[in-house]
Amino acid sequence: MKTTVAIGQMMDLVWGLLLFFGALLGVVRGRPEAATAAIFRAAEGAITLAVGLLGTLALWGGLMRIMEEAGLPRVVARLFRPLLARLFPGLPPDHPALGSVAMAFGANLLGLGNAATPLGLKAMQELQHLNEDPDRPSAEECTFLCLVMGGLTLIPATVIALRARYRSQDPAACLGPALLATLAGTLAALTVDFLAKRRKKGGKEK
Amino acid sequence: MNPLFALSRWTIPLLFLAVPLLGFLRRLPLYQSFIAGAKDGLLTGLNLTPYLLAMLVAVGLFRATGGIALLARILAPLLGPFGIPPEIVPLALVRPLSGSGALGLLADLFAVHGPDSHLGRLASVVYGSTETTFYVLTVYLGAVGVRRRRHTWLAGLAADLVAFAVAVMLVGK
Repeated sequence: MKTTVAIGQMMDLVWGLLLFFGALLGVVRGRPEAATAAIFRAAEGAITLAVGLLGTLALWGGLMRIMEEAGLPRVVARLFRPLLARLFPGLPPDHPALGSVAMAFGANLLGLGNAATPLGLKAMQELQHLNEDPDRPSAEECTFLCLVMGGLTLIPATVIALRARYRSQDPAACLGPALLATLAGTLAALTVDFLAKRRKKGGKEK
Repeated sequence: MNPLFALSRWTIPLLFLAVPLLGFLRRLPLYQSFIAGAKDGLLTGLNLTPYLLAMLVAVGLFRATGGIALLARILAPLLGPFGIPPEIVPLALVRPLSGSGALGLLADLFAVHGPDSHLGRLASVVYGSTETTFYVLTVYLGAVGVRRRRHTWLAGLAADLVAFAVAVMLVGK
C-alpha cells in the first residue's frame, strides 16, 4: 500500500514539474498564446492517437487470445522449465510453484500482457506459501521478480502499434535490438540477485 | 543494414501465418477467440486514453514553451560523450514508473522526430526493452502482502540501466 503511494507521488512530481515549468516558461518568455495553443493541440492529438491505436490494439488482442487459447504459454513454459529449474534451486523440480513460474515466464515472453499479470500473481502466491518469513521476499520470489522486471519479451506489441500509427516504414524494426537489450537487462537483474544472495550467505557463515 | 533490424521485418508476417494455423490445428473456435480478444484490446486502448492525454498535454506544453530545448541544452554536455540524446531523458525517467505515461512520451517523440529517425528508433528500443520496474515490484509484492523488498529494486534498476545502455549501443548513430 505504502509503495503504491510512492509511485503515485513520483508520477505527481514528474507530471507536475512538466506542467509547472511548461507554463512558467510560457509566462516568463511572454508567449502565452503558444502555451494555450500547445495545450489544446495536445489534448486533441491525444484522442486522435488513442482512436488510431484502437484498431491495432484490438487486432493484437485478438491474435494474442488465439495464442493463449492454443496453449502457447504452456509450450513455452515446458521449453524453458529445465532452465528455470536451475534458476530456482530452492524449488523441487516437480513442484507446482515452478510450473506457475514457467507459465508466467511464457506469457511474458510472448508479450501476452493481459494473461501475464494474473499468471505472475498466481506464481507469487504459490511462492509465498513456501516463504518462511511472510514479510520478506524469499530467495525464489526475488529471482522471479528479477525475471519479470527484466521484461524479456519477444514482441513489444505496443511499440510496434505506435510506430505503425506514426507511419513508420518498418514498424517492427525495433524488435531484434529490443530483444537483445532486454536479454542483457534480464541477465543484469539476475546477476545482481545472485551477488546479493551470495553476499548474504557469506556473511551468515562468518 | 543492421542484421538485427533486418530480422525484425519477418516476425509479424510469420506470426500472422503461424498463430491462426496453430489455432486451426488445435481446433479452436478461431473466429470467436479472436473477437473476444479484440474486445479486450479495445478496452485496453480505452483505459490507456486518459494516461496518454495527461502526458501528451504536459509534455506538449513543456516542449512548446521551450522546456525540452532548455533541458537538452543543460543535459547535452553530460550525455553527449556517451552518445545519449538528451531528448530521451524524460522517457527513460518515466518508464520504470508508468508504462502508459512513458507511452505518451514515446508518442510525442514519434510525432516530433518521426519513428524512423535516430531518436525515434532509440526510443522504440528503449521502451521495448525496459519494464515498469517500480510498478511490477508494487503490484507483485503487494499481491502477497510482502512489505520488505530486499535487493529487488536494485536488480530492477540494473535491468533498466543495462537495457538502456545496450539500446544506445545497438541503435548507434
